[in-house]
Formats: sequence, structure tokens, C-alpha cells
Amino acid sequence: MQSRNARIGLKLFCVYLLLYGGFVGINTFSPETMEKTPFAGVNLAIWYGMALIIGAFVLALIYGIVCKPEEDEVNKEGGADA
Amino acid sequence: MIYEASTLAVVIFFAFVAFTLGLSFYLGGKAKSSEGYFAAHGQIPWFVNGVAFAGDYLSAASFLGICGMIAFSGYDGFLYSIGFLAGWIVALFVIAEPMKRLGKFTFADALDAKFQSKGVKLAAGISTLAVSVFYLIPQMVGAGVLVQPLLGFPHWVGVVIVGSVVILIVVTAGMVSTTWVQFLKGSLLVIFSTVLVVMLLARGYEVKQGGNDEYEFKTLTAVEQEDGALSIEGYEVLAPGGEWGGSNFVQLSPAGSDQVLVFSQADASEGEVLLREAQTVTMTNDGQKLVNGKPQSAENDLHPVGRVSKLPEGKEESGPLDLLSFFSTLQESEVVLWRSEKITNEDGGSTTVYYQKPTPGAQVLRPGEHPKFAGIRSDKFSNKLNFLSLMLALFCGTASLPHILIRYYTVKDGASARKSTIVGIASIGFFYVLTLYMGLGAMTSGAMDVTSSNMAAPLLAKSMADWLFAVISAIAFTTVLGTVSGLILASAGAVAHDLAGVVLKEKLNDAELVRIAKITSVIVGAIAIVLGILFEKMNVGFLVGWAFSVAASANLPSLVMLLFWKKTTKQGITAAVLVGMISSLGWILLSGDTFKSVYGIDPETSPVPFDQPGIVTIPLGFLTLWVVSLMTQPKEEVSAA
Repeated sequence: MQSRNARIGLKLFCVYLLLYGGFVGINTFSPETMEKTPFAGVNLAIWYGMALIIGAFVLALIYGIVCKPEEDEVNKEGGADA
Repeated sequence: MIYEASTLAVVIFFAFVAFTLGLSFYLGGKAKSSEGYFAAHGQIPWFVNGVAFAGDYLSAASFLGICGMIAFSGYDGFLYSIGFLAGWIVALFVIAEPMKRLGKFTFADALDAKFQSKGVKLAAGISTLAVSVFYLIPQMVGAGVLVQPLLGFPHWVGVVIVGSVVILIVVTAGMVSTTWVQFLKGSLLVIFSTVLVVMLLARGYEVKQGGNDEYEFKTLTAVEQEDGALSIEGYEVLAPGGEWGGSNFVQLSPAGSDQVLVFSQADASEGEVLLREAQTVTMTNDGQKLVNGKPQSAENDLHPVGRVSKLPEGKEESGPLDLLSFFSTLQESEVVLWRSEKITNEDGGSTTVYYQKPTPGAQVLRPGEHPKFAGIRSDKFSNKLNFLSLMLALFCGTASLPHILIRYYTVKDGASARKSTIVGIASIGFFYVLTLYMGLGAMTSGAMDVTSSNMAAPLLAKSMADWLFAVISAIAFTTVLGTVSGLILASAGAVAHDLAGVVLKEKLNDAELVRIAKITSVIVGAIAIVLGILFEKMNVGFLVGWAFSVAASANLPSLVMLLFWKKTTKQGITAAVLVGMISSLGWILLSGDTFKSVYGIDPETSPVPFDQPGIVTIPLGFLTLWVVSLMTQPKEEVSAA
């Protein structure tokens, strides 16, 4: 039952899990790191948070582009998704 | 006065709600069969379905709760936004497509497609029902909160109105019309939130001494005398009775008046104490309600709050800001947040004191300011666990929510489901980015109600323009309608398909299924109304966090293991669903937060070490499934292993 699409999904999931885990980890064990302001006077908490939201969308988009329509549905749904 | 009913607002509001209902009746007329009632014939276009995902998901909690939490505590509310969105990644990458291939209508159906077991159906049906009801509570609370300022009705009337309207929608329509309602409202929510943020950036920050009613809160300097007593020119210091003695507050009476004002103390220079005016709501022991020491009336009510007290470089106004300078300016500023404390008076009455807490912008924009998240700054590990637990539940909860899963079946194939989800993530993510702007904008808008964080977003709109307030409230109200109908539909589906089939032990025909579903809708709706009234005072975002915990604990282990572990057995699934559901529900009912906010008992007596169950109960669900499955392997597999 592990189709190609499912494998891609799991890989992308692992990427996001690392990003999210990093965020939660820093918040929990080193909250003062989140107060630093690396760019434009905006702190890391906001940069990282925004990155997680935009990152989710980017990964979803990659998934949509890379996945193939299921074999039995090729006739109904041609081409990659966008 | 914070709330004034305006005719324009009421007209726009009703026009909007009437239009939505009309549309739902019109479209609902087309859905007659049980396929159409529960899953919209699998024929909803993917884009519409994607935005409807956003409509389902961006509930009253996202909109009202998150904005409110940010407005009152800063960054911490945004953690919910991040967690809620991250959950979509689990839903899309891990669960979405295998589910679409397995299932028919409900989570229980998907499980059943593999096992054909009554036990599985029963357990999953019950858990769907439990999660739906739990998720309904914040929606109903949100509904009451909205109607109150808009139409001037008390909270419970709002809850009853929403409950009745939703029951009507669900009973007459079904999945087709709820999808269109969700699409409509999902689009409008995102569009008008964008409008609000653009107006907010154009307005920028302004230093003020009080809220939008032009009332300026007094700051006094008291002289500390040798015996420790305070003296203030023009005021008489009252003797502290009841619990006032141990508090940080001083009760003063202006010379020549018998009004009692309350001030909070802060250290100033040697021998002096800085006093900041607080606001109070007192319930006297004979049942009278006093605001700031006088009976509550149209002229004497709580003042709206929320202001910037200092801007960088001593400026008075920031001028228009862009997306980044909105944060960087606030980072260098100081804002006044409000906190509350309840004090018992000598005569047995009680006073809730809302006091000012000037806070540097840098602190507002960092995690850990909200009392519920302050644990991450403590050295005690269990306090950190509470935060970890919540973030885990948010991450795992989305994929486990019954009303989100059900939407995977409303498009015709896996590719469409995938495209829907991408559109959904885009809309939801964009909206969540906006929540941080709206929340911080509300914090500094001068329009906040110190007693209710849930009203922050609509009140922010009100500080811009009355029409915008009406539109935002109407959208939020239909948001509640839409989410509640989706949830009620999911629970109705659970009862009709799963529970009724098992309990009645006979195959039901289509008409009977739909009839049972409709009866269930009425009952679940009624339960939701009652709970919505009981939980009035809690932040709705926080309540949703709990619903996520229950959903993730009960459903996620089964979903994931079913898809990825071949040795999963039906007994394992049944046990995991029941254990996950009961343990997480039990944990929540025994938590300190429930003790304090619902039962009114001292939270210290709670038997559980922290409030959020996820970090314990989700692994517990997995463990149960694993152990029970291994114990109940079919014979040939055991010998092979």
C-alpha cells in the first residue's frame, strides 16, 4: 500500500517535523533565543513562526507538483497539480 | 461604553446571515439521497472544496480566540496559529490520500472498510461524537460573545440563536450546502481580514493615555510614611479589609466623594509609590453590580483599553507602517496590557480588579508572556511539558478532527483532494499570518474590553469603522454557523452510520439513515447550546486546544497505525480509540484549568501535574494499540513471528 505518492508525503513530512520540532524545542528549552532580533529589528520568534507558515505552503506545493495522479485516474486528471 | 448597538451594524449583519441561509436552502434542495446528504455526491469542485476547508477550519476559535489571546498577551496566541497550520502538514502528507482510498463517509467508515467490525464502528462513532461535542463548545461560546455587543442580547441568547439556526441548516440541507456556506465564509473571512490589516498598517501606532472613550487613566504618586502607610494629596486611603490587605492594590476615595477607586502599586523613587488607576467590577453580597465603585449604568461602565504608552525616540505617532516595521516599531515601544485579579471583600462580596501592566514591546513579541505559557520560562520541567503537550496536540489534532476528514470525500479523486488541501493550506496560512497583525493591532487599538479576550477582533474593526465592525461580526457569526453545521453533520453521520447500524442490528435504508441523522442533529445541537452557555468565560482558542487534544488522542493512533502498520488488529483499534478518548477527556476534566474556570475549585487541588493531556495520552493511544494488536494477532501470524 506504500505508493510513490505516500513515500514523497512521508519525506516531506519529516522535513516539516524537523522544522516544527526545532521551533518547539527552542521555545521550550531556550526561550531567550527567540528574543534575538536577527534581521530588520524583528525577533526570531516572529521570523521562525512566519517561516513555519510559509514553509507549510511551500511543502504542500512541492507535494502537489511532484505527486502523480493515481494510475486508475490518469484519464480523468491529466498533468501535475499546481 | 464599549458596546453600542448600531442600526447599520444590525442591518448588515442580518442581511448577511439571511443571504447565507437562503443560499444554503437553495443549494440544499438539490441533495436528496444519503450520498448527497453526507458527502455531497463527491462532486464539489476542488477549488471550492479547498476554500471550504479553510471555512471549516477557520472557526470562531481561530478568528476570535487567537486574535484575542494575542491582543491580551502578545506572541503566545500566535503559537496556536502556528500549531493549527502545522497540523495540516500531518493531514496532507500522512493521512489524506490513504484515507480517501479507504473510506466512504466518516472516520469510522474508513476504519471499517478494512475490518468490518462492529466494535471498531462503535468506538470510532463514539469518539467522533465526543470530539464534535468538545469542538462545538468554543464555537457556541464564540457565538454568544458575538451577539452580545452587536445586538445587545445577553450571551445565552446568542448561543440559542446560533444553535437553532444551525439545526435548521443541517436538518434541511446537508453536506452540499454546508460546503457552499463554508466556501463563501472562508473567502469573506480572508478578504475582510486583509482589509482590516491594510487599514491597521495605514493607521500605525499612536501614544495615548487611555482608550477610545477619551478617558485618561490617572497615575498618582503616593508618599510612604514612616509607619508604612501611604498618603496621597486629594484622596483618602481606605483601610484594607478582607483580602485587600495582602494584595498589591490600594483603595482610595477622592476627597468629598464616597466612590471607591482602586489603584495598583509600583515602586517609584525612595519613599514614593507609583499608583496606576485600575478598573473594578464588584458583586456586592446583596447582588448589586458595581463598576469602579458605582452602580453599573450607561454612563458608568468599564472603559475600553489597549494602548501604546511609549514609542521609539519619544515620538507621539508612528505614521503608516509596512509589514516588517509594524513589528520592529512595537519591539522598541511600550504597551499597556491588562491583567485581572479577583479579591474577596470583607462583607463577602467580591471584586475583580483589572489593572494596568506596562510591558516593553520586546516582551510582548516573545513567547511565554501568557500565564498559560509562562511555564517555558520556569525551571520546573512539568511546566515546560504543558507547552510541549499543547504543541504536540495541535500538530496531531487537525488530521484527527472528524469534520475536516469528512471533507476529503466531497471531491471526486485523490488528485482533487490533494489540490483542495493545497488551496486550503494557502488560505489558512495566509489568514494565520494576518492574525498576528490583527491581534497586535487590537492590543493597541484603544477599543478592548478588559473582561473578554474573545471580542478583540470585532472590537478592532469597530475602532476602524462601524460598517467594518458589522461585516466582521457577521462573518464571524456565519463562521460559527458554518463550523457548527459541519460538526453537527459529522456527529450526525457518526450516529446514523456507525452507532445506529450497530445498536439496531439491522440494515437501514437511505431515508431512515437521513432521518436518524436529522434527529441526531437536533439533539447534538441542543447539547451544544447548553455547554456553550456553561463555558461562557473561557478563551475560545484555549477551548479549541482541548478539542484538538481529545481528537488527537482518540483518533490519530488508529489512523496512523492502520495506514502504516500491517499487524494492526480491530481489537487494537477499538482499545486505542477508547483509551485515547477516555484518558484525554478525563485528564481535561481533572485539570487545574477546569477546576478553576468551570467548577470554581482551587486549581492547586487538581490531581494532574499539567493541563494539556496530549503528550501523555497520544503516546498512550499508540501504546495501547500496539500492545492489544500484538495480543490479538491471528493465529498463523503469531506462529510466523
